[in-house]
Amino acid sequence: MYKRKFMARAIALAFLLPMAAQANDSEEMEKLRAELQQIKQNYETRIQSLETRLQQTETVAGQADKKAEAATVQASSRPASSNALNPDISLILSGTYANRSQDSDFHITGFQAGGEIGPGTRGFNLGESELGVYANVDDKFYGGLNLALAPDNSVGVEEAFIQTTSLPGAVTVKAGRFFSGIGYLNEQHAHTWDFVDNPLAYQAFLGNQFGDDGIQLKWLAPTDLFLELGAEYGRGRIADTEGRDKNGGSAGSLFAHVGGDLGVSNSWRAGLSYLEVSPKDRQSNDLDAAGTYLTNSFTGNSKVWLADFVWKWAPNGNSTNTSFKLQGEYVHRNEDGTLNTDSYSASQDGWYVQGVYKFLPYWRTGLRYDRLNSGNVDYGLNTANLANTDYDPKRISWMLDYSPSEFSRIRLQLSSDKSRQEATDNQVFIQYQMSLGAHGGHKY
Amino acid sequence: MKSLIQSVLLTLFLMTSHSANAALNVFACEPEWGALVQELGGDKVTVFTATNALQDVHHIEAKPSLVAQLRKADLLVCTGSELEIGWLPVLLRQAGNSNVLTGKPGNFEAAHYVRMLEIPSRLDRADGDVHPGGNPHIQTDPRNFAKVSDALAQRLAEIDAANAGFYESRHKDFSLRWQDAIKRWETHAAPLKGFAIVVQHKGFPYLEDWLGLHEVATLEPKPGVEPTSTHLAEVLAQLQKQPARMVIRAAYNSDRPSQWLSERAKIPSVSLPFTVGGSERAKDLFSLFDDTIQRLLDAIK
Repeated sequence: MYKRKFMARAIALAFLLPMAAQANDSEEMEKLRAELQQIKQNYETRIQSLETRLQQTETVAGQADKKAEAATVQASSRPASSNALNPDISLILSGTYANRSQDSDFHITGFQAGGEIGPGTRGFNLGESELGVYANVDDKFYGGLNLALAPDNSVGVEEAFIQTTSLPGAVTVKAGRFFSGIGYLNEQHAHTWDFVDNPLAYQAFLGNQFGDDGIQLKWLAPTDLFLELGAEYGRGRIADTEGRDKNGGSAGSLFAHVGGDLGVSNSWRAGLSYLEVSPKDRQSNDLDAAGTYLTNSFTGNSKVWLADFVWKWAPNGNSTNTSFKLQGEYVHRNEDGTLNTDSYSASQDGWYVQGVYKFLPYWRTGLRYDRLNSGNVDYGLNTANLANTDYDPKRISWMLDYSPSEFSRIRLQLSSDKSRQEATDNQVFIQYQMSLGAHGGHKY
Repeated sequence: MKSLIQSVLLTLFLMTSHSANAALNVFACEPEWGALVQELGGDKVTVFTATNALQDVHHIEAKPSLVAQLRKADLLVCTGSELEIGWLPVLLRQAGNSNVLTGKPGNFEAAHYVRMLEIPSRLDRADGDVHPGGNPHIQTDPRNFAKVSDALAQRLAEIDAANAGFYESRHKDFSLRWQDAIKRWETHAAPLKGFAIVVQHKGFPYLEDWLGLHEVATLEPKPGVEPTSTHLAEVLAQLQKQPARMVIRAAYNSDRPSQWLSERAKIPSVSLPFTVGGSERAKDLFSLFDDTIQRLLDAIK
């Protein structure tokens, strides 16, 4: 409105001025001059007020900008993990196809093993799928459950434990059911293994993997060298036994692990562990002297020593393109007790060594050699049907795996398994392992 | 026997007890945060840096040496935004150090203090390695260091109250030098504005945002998935229609994919230090950006 009036007057003036000059009427000129002055003043005040308003708007806009940025920063300072308030849930899907030259009557000649061991059934196999739920319970405890879904539709509780998180002096206490900290592979879940199956030494002496109901105490030394000491006391559920119904426990273990770096490209860990356990009615498949299959039952006392080492190499510690991992474990077991109805004692050992080489991004290949030494076995009166043998079971395995991401893996494994004296089992496995859900980092 | 027990106990006591005037032990997940802590903490801190510039921080082995170092730490300084999710939670659980657990003052995540870019609107692992909190490679924009250093100086003062004044004055000094440096870099880098670039990994959105670079393609088909020949051919075809001035990668990336593209598209391939130690010249935070900008400018000569 104002603007229009101004414009009209200004235009009118522009035309009028020369005319007025020509008119040379001084009175008229004075009048016009006064009017012009007024217009100019008007105009200036208006410009001034506009400027102040503009300034005000600018400040407000600037504040809005700052507020907006603060809001985005705040928005991005959401909890670090999308699962921070919910448990980390992870589902491992795993399946195997096995083609083998021998049937599934697996046993290890000369070894009273026990537990769920061996290469499993032939053909398509669900393998072991796992469902894990883990989270901080509160500011003092962490807890988790890991269920193993077996091919026969049964569900097993692999782990269900609580663990302290804020005890002073780097002490952690774990209670419930958990994989024992002995050795190197024992604590690792099946989906992190580099081969389809566990080493023969683990199968023969630990029933594949030793998980127990009990309590664990661990302490990490405040040194630059990694030094971890641990002790466990538990029920003694080794190799699918029930453990004993008694006060106190039937299994105890002690372990120590040391580790460190050698330059930027190499890292290592080594350990020594001792386990003493008293299994009751530990059932193991065997072949008697007459050539018939039977199941032995052992009740007694086992003392197991384990020595383990692992060495990992990656150029500059960057394993994207290439890396190498060498690991080996030695297990010795002394047993004393009753086999079936008569006395039994044995001192046996075994070891494995394996190397896994990543030769391209996503691609790895590995070789493993397994060996058990028959050692000294005293079958007592069982010699009537169980023959003493000096046969040393062995196995060699080669694998190739492809992992398009850290969540998926497809593996081919060929093994020549001489666990049984009477027959060599040539095995071909094709396996997939996929993980859904929480991004579970893997232990060393 | 008694004296043996006594001496063992004494050794254990000496090993576990911190002497009162010891420097603050800081565990830095990445070299850039190690360097920043050093700038702010001077001789009042002992910094251990868990990774180096030639490693891919998404994939780090949870090595025993890292567990041992984390056990001693009074303060943990990491990027956050799930960059370290594959290994840091494992270390934290093994180290048994309650000072540095998530939510404690001893746990500092830099990503909390800057404006995050590329926050995904959907989360699906079919999209590759995406981070729910946004792209975690915040260290390629120096303005982010200004914000992080404000928060970090406060945190240092909170944890080590006795030296609060020391940290404050060092922070003030750093901020002044840093603001001057940012001005200098921005002047130098002015000619880069608006240039189209190709990146190997989506590691540079903050650098692009700062310098006004325009990302037209990535060599990785999905974040964290190694470049494939099919995808590289697609990128090459795309560049015929939409040319770019250079292809950028971080020091830890394999040079083969960007070399391949560089030769065929006839554009320079530039390796950026990405963090402190990523090149001969990038010895600290200042020389990191000096070198980054110099390398970019050299490429458009």
